[in-house]
Amino acid sequence: MSTEGSVGIVETKYFTFAEAPDKMELEGGHKLGPVTLAYETYGKLSPSGDNAILICHALSGDAHAAGYNSPEDKKPGWWDIMIGPGKAFDTDKYFVICSNIIGGCKGSTGPGSINPETSQPYCLDFPVVTIRDMVDAQKRLVDSLGIKRLLAVVGGSMGGMQVLQWAVSYPNMVRLAVPIATTSRLSPQAIAFDEVGRQAIMSDPDWVDGKYYGKSSPSHGLSIARMVGHITYLSDKSMHKKFARRLQDKAEYDYDFVTDFQVESYLRYKGDAFVKRFDANSYLYITKAMDYFDLPQTYGSLKNAFMQVKSKFMVISFTSDWLFPSYQSKEIVKALRQNDIDVIYTEIKTDCGHDAFLLESEQLTRLISNFLKHGKRRTQQ
Amino acid sequence: MMALEEITLPEDGTVVRLAPEHKFIIDIIEDGSRVLDLGCGDGDLLKALKTKKNIRAEGVELSEECIQACVAKGLFNVRHGNLDEGLADYDDKSVDYVVLMNTIQVLHRPLFLIQEMARVGKKCIISFPNFAYWRVRYQLAVHGRMPKGPRIPYEWYDSPNIHLTSIMDFRDFCRTANLSVLREIHLHTTARGECKIVRLLPNLFSDEAIFLVEECRR
Repeated sequence: MSTEGSVGIVETKYFTFAEAPDKMELEGGHKLGPVTLAYETYGKLSPSGDNAILICHALSGDAHAAGYNSPEDKKPGWWDIMIGPGKAFDTDKYFVICSNIIGGCKGSTGPGSINPETSQPYCLDFPVVTIRDMVDAQKRLVDSLGIKRLLAVVGGSMGGMQVLQWAVSYPNMVRLAVPIATTSRLSPQAIAFDEVGRQAIMSDPDWVDGKYYGKSSPSHGLSIARMVGHITYLSDKSMHKKFARRLQDKAEYDYDFVTDFQVESYLRYKGDAFVKRFDANSYLYITKAMDYFDLPQTYGSLKNAFMQVKSKFMVISFTSDWLFPSYQSKEIVKALRQNDIDVIYTEIKTDCGHDAFLLESEQLTRLISNFLKHGKRRTQQ
Repeated sequence: MMALEEITLPEDGTVVRLAPEHKFIIDIIEDGSRVLDLGCGDGDLLKALKTKKNIRAEGVELSEECIQACVAKGLFNVRHGNLDEGLADYDDKSVDYVVLMNTIQVLHRPLFLIQEMARVGKKCIISFPNFAYWRVRYQLAVHGRMPKGPRIPYEWYDSPNIHLTSIMDFRDFCRTANLSVLREIHLHTTARGECKIVRLLPNLFSDEAIFLVEECRR
């Protein structure tokens, strides 16, 4: 591990609520309980509680956003470039919370958790959860930490959907909102890629209608789902830069079906690495939650959705992101503006595609640190 | 390029860099107005207006660097956008002033944007370099060279200016765009970089013009 600008060793914590009979009511009408959320915190909450920032993670993320869980860890948390002393989310100034989501498989209640009624894993008996359900659960966590109002809610991709939902569901709790590389509803193209991923999982013979816990898991299907996902996170240009048509450990084609190109090897590696840390059923549930997310549909129009919003916004998109293209961010900006809500919008020039929100630290760092600095002053409680 | 004056705003100590003609714009705009600055750059004019006139400031800017500078100044309503795409996000008459400083000459469709401005803004302020200024005419007429000067500093092959105009042409243009001219300010920039009002033959003696216009009421 490296200690430079790092929050150091952090411990993942767990918050459990909605014990029977006070189960959590879900948007789809089902009840779920008890519910556990995994979360981590970095920095110190100020005595007045005015410096708390909630980070929402993307599809395959988890609560471990910064630092290391043990000294043996080789890699830090998924947004370590942004969270730590002197970084965009300066843990010397802010109290940063990163919460996992319900439906997930990284310590929170999901399809792989034990159903208290049957003492077996839920599998597909787990109710379909939505982005709003994820946010409602996080709200309970934030309440439990004694925080009345969040200075900011920030997230990229599916994390950005949660940011939007936070500002819509809990307008009095969100002072600043920073949705990055996100949308108020997925395009049919993005839904299509999600469906290919789900079909890959469900057509794996090991999936057995989701009842694979304790047996061999549908790792082949999940790995293909991840490979497809990775293609959508990159761009034509970034793939040219990263791989070109270079061959993997060979000088000439083999004229067979083993790996020839570096890009093939990369995708297989990413797929294989993913199945070691992610649950296939969670992948089904979470992608479905993203597909269902549709603020314009739920609230009549996007303008209506933002009617009660009180947060100041900074919306960020990336030029080469074709999965959550800039026009979708512009729709958000337009609807916010129609409601007279302060909004900064930047489209960052990059070749890195959708993945840019995890990588482009310098521009993001400047934008976010300045926005937090001025926003904290201008939204004083 | 025009010399910019650095002004420390007494209200909060922010330093803004203003062009000499900016002070005429600041004079026109009333306290508490809602102002949309198209091509707002680093946000200096908006910041100055916010501090001096307590305006609600909005800006559109093409450059990512400029947006960064605006955010650093604490401006909360700036957005990345291409003016040639119009102002579709803005409702009719939703701002008091739409400002377009020294930008009309680089637009692909100036008529389209000016009509968009008049739709969105109750009033519009447009400034541009006057291409009929005598020094410009002299360079072309006597020297036979493409004009260059502090207001049009580019080589012909390297110039973003594709729609240069004169004060007289701009008046015709306003008629075509169905705009009534409420006020014209004709300026001459001295060798020391100060802006003076020109009263005699403005189309010949001023190098910069500011027009205050609104949509003609039918």
